[in-house]
Amino acid sequence: MSALLKNLWLRNTILVIVVAIFMTIVNTAAKGQFLNPRNLVTVLEQISYNCILGVGQTFVIITAGIDLSIGSLVALSGVVMAQVANHVPFDGAPLVVVTLLAGLAVGAAAGWINALPVVKLNLPPFITTFAMLEVTLGLSYIFSGGQPVAVNNAIFSSIGTGAVFGLPVPVIWMVIVVAIASVLLTRTRFGRYVVALGGNEEAARLAGIATARVKTMVYVISGMCAAVVGFLYMARFSSGSPDTGTHDELLEAIAAVVVGGTSLMGGQGSILGTFFGALLIGLLYNAMNLIHVDSYLQKVVLGVVILLAVVLDELRKRYLAKA
Amino acid sequence: MRGIGKSFPGVRALSDVSLTLYAGEVLALVGENGAGKSTLMKILAGAQRADRGSIAIDGTEVQISSPHDAERLGVGMIYQEFNLVPQLNALQNILLGNEPVRGLMLDEREAVQRASAVLQELGIELPLDRPARRLSVAQQQLIEIVKALSRHARIIVMDEPTAALTEREIDALFALIARLKAGGAGIIYISHRMEELPKIADRITVLRDGSLVETRRASEFSPADVIRAMVGRPLDAHFPALEPVKPDAPVVLDVRDLSRAPAIAHINFSVRAGEIVGLAGLIGAGRTEIVRAIAGADVPNSGVIAIDGKPTLMRTPHDGIKAGIAFITEDRKGQGLVLGMSVRENITLAHLAQFVNREHLISRTREEESARRMIDELHVRTPGPEQLVRNLSGGNQQKVVLAKWLLGKARVFLFDEPTRGIDVGAKSEIYALMKTLLENGAAIVMVSSELPEVLGMSHRILVVRDGGIVREFTRDAATPDAVIAAATGAAA
Repeated sequence: MSALLKNLWLRNTILVIVVAIFMTIVNTAAKGQFLNPRNLVTVLEQISYNCILGVGQTFVIITAGIDLSIGSLVALSGVVMAQVANHVPFDGAPLVVVTLLAGLAVGAAAGWINALPVVKLNLPPFITTFAMLEVTLGLSYIFSGGQPVAVNNAIFSSIGTGAVFGLPVPVIWMVIVVAIASVLLTRTRFGRYVVALGGNEEAARLAGIATARVKTMVYVISGMCAAVVGFLYMARFSSGSPDTGTHDELLEAIAAVVVGGTSLMGGQGSILGTFFGALLIGLLYNAMNLIHVDSYLQKVVLGVVILLAVVLDELRKRYLAKA
Repeated sequence: MRGIGKSFPGVRALSDVSLTLYAGEVLALVGENGAGKSTLMKILAGAQRADRGSIAIDGTEVQISSPHDAERLGVGMIYQEFNLVPQLNALQNILLGNEPVRGLMLDEREAVQRASAVLQELGIELPLDRPARRLSVAQQQLIEIVKALSRHARIIVMDEPTAALTEREIDALFALIARLKAGGAGIIYISHRMEELPKIADRITVLRDGSLVETRRASEFSPADVIRAMVGRPLDAHFPALEPVKPDAPVVLDVRDLSRAPAIAHINFSVRAGEIVGLAGLIGAGRTEIVRAIAGADVPNSGVIAIDGKPTLMRTPHDGIKAGIAFITEDRKGQGLVLGMSVRENITLAHLAQFVNREHLISRTREEESARRMIDELHVRTPGPEQLVRNLSGGNQQKVVLAKWLLGKARVFLFDEPTRGIDVGAKSEIYALMKTLLENGAAIVMVSSELPEVLGMSHRILVVRDGGIVREFTRDAATPDAVIAAATGAAA
């Protein structure tokens, strides 16, 4: 029995069980509103944005880096896409594709620039991505004149607020991003190299891995994930606003990654973990709203949960190191 | 120090070593790499704790359980790697942790006075207001010495103090040591340089394999005798008999004029198929730097490396691997393995391209097959391929590193300290494996600090000293005394 308990704990299953019990209690308190399908779909939609940002961040964090620029990159790519959508002579699907590609290009370019000083000069990514945060924020105000840029074509609105098989479009995007990223991380050479690089950069280099290229790619991926979120917000609100994404988005994405079991020290992490991290945070907020927890107190609870998750994870690792 | 013993997991570093230091003398401590000199001194300095034994200072038994204890008891340690804060100036470094204060404020005047007093006593000058990083190595060393003396150290340990000094600086250091002696301090002087011992030492103590061999007055201890005491042991018998290199065996690795400042200069040698060339020498002589430059781990300043007659430009380890080089590093955990990854993932890491299917996805099944095959072939003791490498013993970790390189089609194997810190059984297995590689036509370069290993497992031995190859021995001509003499620069 104790072996079973230990095993459950080591696999973080205990956490899941605690969450399940908690949800049941909340559901009862909320008179069944919590665990009903419509509410859960809402939660999924709410976490889509955070989850996609977290997926990009997961790659960066596994290499023992950090990308602080994702929030303002959401804003910049959104503004750029709104401008592109209003100024290119296309309609229908070509318009959407061109717009999306423009956003992805912005994200990829920002990621590439983020990585450049990290790779070439070995500067801490905290600094370079922090500088990028400021630059992209400034640019998004410049390109928008400080006002949300309304998108004229209604096709974006139908995408942003639409649904397929009852699932909102952002949820579909989330599922696709999580699936691709998960395969990328666990089944491809690139993914293996990301983990190896984060675990021991010198050993990875001596094994012939082009560490600079791998590192650059993780920031590009993170930037592109931010651009996807920028696209989804732009479509949903039919406008690109310089304020979108610049509030709690960065911190909540990091929280999802960390709660999902990815180590800030690098060398370890999973995309599904990040999804469940985002889900846990989303459910927590939703539950607290349903049982009318004061919104200030919600922040406190969230902070405690993040800390608890990380402490548990650390204790687990220490136990493993001893075993 | 009486009856000092110390063990690390799997290794006995010191057994029953006793040592006496008198006031006003210089006691030289010599021994091969890994003989236990540093461990013994770390115990004296409180950086490590002895398992057994006792230490008495001025006749009173003392407990030294931290560097702070050692300092309080008057033990000053000057490590080979200085412990200076590069951004702080000389004065701040000297008084670090010991700053004079007036109330809550630092007392700058008192600080200058205190440091100047020591400098004056020693008759030396130091630019006190210059940051340590802008001082020469000799000046940094002086800071360490002044630091120790400003804390009233009476026992001063110097670890290879002349390693990085010029001739003139060495003379100045010896003059300083003479003054310290005259002032009644006892000095323990660790050195690899045989030629300086008669000049500086009053007595010489030789350690070998963690035990004290002999202590004699320096005047009665010739360098040849010292070397004999350092190495004096029969070669271990567990080396496999190496086939002689075939007379018509082609040159596989050819190194011409390889230089990388400041560590190595103008290295020339070649290795033929089926041959092991051993690189002998002291730690810091440049052996590791040579193999790193060949592997592409460091970019050389100049030189040509040819594999099978084809000159190859190696700027990254990736280039080296493509050219057919496998580099087994000395630092298994730091450079050879990703400890948080599984045995399987580590084995396939350098050759993942072999395991990718048409969709660019890694085939887990094929990976597992290969990992299991290597585990069987090399007798890696692990519960399975999914075990984290972190949890394996040193010998088995080393086998995983080897497995990683055996997956490729390397022609040249560079082994840097291939058996450091692993047990005898695993050692023999690794030697047997090297022999198999030779039979398959590989060329091997082996760096080793274990003299028996170099002598027992090489066809030829190159002795590296101060970044250059100073002597070459054939297997038959190489004796321990001669190799050590060449490595230390003593006339044997």
